[in-house]
Amino acid sequence: MQNKKANRSLKENDRDLTIVQAMREALREEMYRDQKVFVIGEDVRIGGSFLFTLGMFDEFGPERIINTPISEVGFIGLAIGAAIQGLRPIVDFQYSDFLLTAFDQIAQQGSKLRYMSGGQVKIPLVFQLPTGASGRGAQHANSIEGILFHLPGIKIVTPATPYDAKGLFKSAVRDDNMVFFCVHKLLYGSKGRQLVQSNISKGFVPEEEYLIPLGVGEVKREGTDVTVVANLLMLHRVMNAAEELAKEGISIEIIDPRTLVPFDTDLVVNSVKKTGRLLIVEESNERGGWGAQVAADIAARAISYLDAPILRLATPDVPIPYSPVLESAVIPNKQKIIDMIIRLTKK
Amino acid sequence: MKIRKPEPPKNKSITGYEVNLLEEMYRRMYRIRKFELMVNTQFLKGNIPGTIHLSHGQEASAVGACLALNEDDFITITHRGHGQAIAKGLSTKSIMAELFGKATGCCKGKGGSLHIGNMSVGVLPAIAIVGASSPIAAGMAFAFKRKESKQIVCNFFGDGTANKGDWHEALNLAAIWSLPVIFLCENNLYGVSTHFSDVFPIENIADRAPAYGMPGITIYGNDPIIVYEEVLEAAKRARSGKGPTLVECLTYRQGGHKRDDPATYRPKEEVDAWLKQDPIPNFRERLLKDNRFSDENLKAIEQEIDVEIAEAVEFAQNSPMLSISLALEDVYAE
Ligand SMILES: Cc1ncc(C[n+]2csc(CCOP(=O)(O)OP(=O)(O)O)c2C)c(N)n1
Ligand SMILES: [Mg+2]
Repeated sequence: MQNKKANRSLKENDRDLTIVQAMREALREEMYRDQKVFVIGEDVRIGGSFLFTLGMFDEFGPERIINTPISEVGFIGLAIGAAIQGLRPIVDFQYSDFLLTAFDQIAQQGSKLRYMSGGQVKIPLVFQLPTGASGRGAQHANSIEGILFHLPGIKIVTPATPYDAKGLFKSAVRDDNMVFFCVHKLLYGSKGRQLVQSNISKGFVPEEEYLIPLGVGEVKREGTDVTVVANLLMLHRVMNAAEELAKEGISIEIIDPRTLVPFDTDLVVNSVKKTGRLLIVEESNERGGWGAQVAADIAARAISYLDAPILRLATPDVPIPYSPVLESAVIPNKQKIIDMIIRLTKK
Repeated sequence: MKIRKPEPPKNKSITGYEVNLLEEMYRRMYRIRKFELMVNTQFLKGNIPGTIHLSHGQEASAVGACLALNEDDFITITHRGHGQAIAKGLSTKSIMAELFGKATGCCKGKGGSLHIGNMSVGVLPAIAIVGASSPIAAGMAFAFKRKESKQIVCNFFGDGTANKGDWHEALNLAAIWSLPVIFLCENNLYGVSTHFSDVFPIENIADRAPAYGMPGITIYGNDPIIVYEEVLEAAKRARSGKGPTLVECLTYRQGGHKRDDPATYRPKEEVDAWLKQDPIPNFRERLLKDNRFSDENLKAIEQEIDVEIAEAVEFAQNSPMLSISLALEDVYAE
């Protein structure tokens, strides 16, 4: 085994990992635990785009780290078929944007075959999906989780910290449904890639096995004045905003849903009962974004606890522009978040 | 558009084949024919909602192919899949009930005509999006290969499907990984109203096979024995690890594309020529030339099937309406 080699960069007690390191650990553990698990995707032999499978080819060989031609429809369909017959594929994407070329396999096949067959088939299948904008123009900047959110029959996971990524990934691999595991392109921390700076972008990950169930959110910061629900990159921006707001005496409670489907609505309801104010921040385009669903659910379940209208901050309904000036003008940033929260406290 | 008339090869002698096999070929073809015509009747009576795509005329391809497979092999089927499913052994009762939208149907009434199937007999519930089943079929074959189960997959599709990107990607994947899958094209010359020759700059679809590095063959698809032999050969290849084969069966649908299609876009001389090559009476005639079969013999089979189909309708009709709570079930596996 070449475990040692892959772990060499980590000192014995240095358990502060990036998301991609945590995911790699989860993958390795699951690959050893269950021989039915394998990874399939483009250039996974050399690690894939975000080095998720770095070192795995040497460790597990070509039968379990399967390099594909550039045939997204083909290998997603193949993974669905293999899952139907009892294997547990993980499909690795270089950029989740390319998933859209195979949307039929997702929206029409994988997500519906169980239902249409009256429950005869199971499709245990994980998609590893780098999502969001990272300075590459409109076609490499989709918030794929927002596009997928409308589909019945699938689960969507959006981890934002290394600890969450590991525990959630292991649960995703063990789930018997199609799970879309979306990680923001600026959160992996892969070598040679930009990593967003925040106090949670790297973090302690225990060596012992643990699982985080899908559908359970977490309060990432406790507060009393405003509840802010945010995920992925937006969570980090909200965390950074919270530091500044604290200096001005505004205390925000930050909730990371961690999975969009299933969604931990109870956690938000309970928080809103305390704060009376709610802001939802997401990188997806605003129209029909997941935040709209959360707003509707909270309005339905907790409107009597609210002291102000529910506010949303999302990317306006435009494709993502290339110029960094424009990109940061459309995607919610720290300043916009701060302004919105201040506005909300004044209502 | 180039008129393509059937070119049946000289009939092969059937003496070398076992009575059981020949009888089963006839029984299944006749069962499909009766079933399809009954579905049409029931549809016109208003007992079947939605739409139907009937396969009568194409029975020999479905039956020849499925009889060459083992029981634990799998097939994937299309929007025109009643015949393929019956050929593989799915009960006419459970399909009819499915078409009637009853919980006793093969997919609990949640699939309908476009999604019939049952895993217990090796029929993946039908995929009605043209081309989408080919990668999934390759994936099931991938799992069989990995599990060394010796099972194979037969992916049914029509001529129109061979112009879909999904299909191309699937053939390439199956070929590079030597997957145990048979790509079985029922070339009935039309994709809805569009004639084969208008959308293929080549003589045969199987001509594409070499480009994917797999063998391909075009055969007369209205003779169950010819189809059986070729699929048996392809199955042997697949099972022994040699990878996929593309088998193109030339056949013809006797009806329109779907429920309300009079198919007037087809030239009369083409229709007439193919109707003369009806696989069922032709095969019956051949059986009767063999002294192991008699008219009574075959009539008994026919009667047995006539009763079965009538009972299927009765079963579908008498099955209780399903509980609406079913609508919210089976979205996720627990
Ligand atoms: C991707 C897709 N495009 C269009 C359709 C509509 N459609 C249903 S059947 C059909 C024709 C298919 O032709 P062919 O593959 O030759 O099968 P046949 O109907 O002749 O059995 C079309 C266009 C579809 N179901 N899926
Ligand atoms: Mg056709």
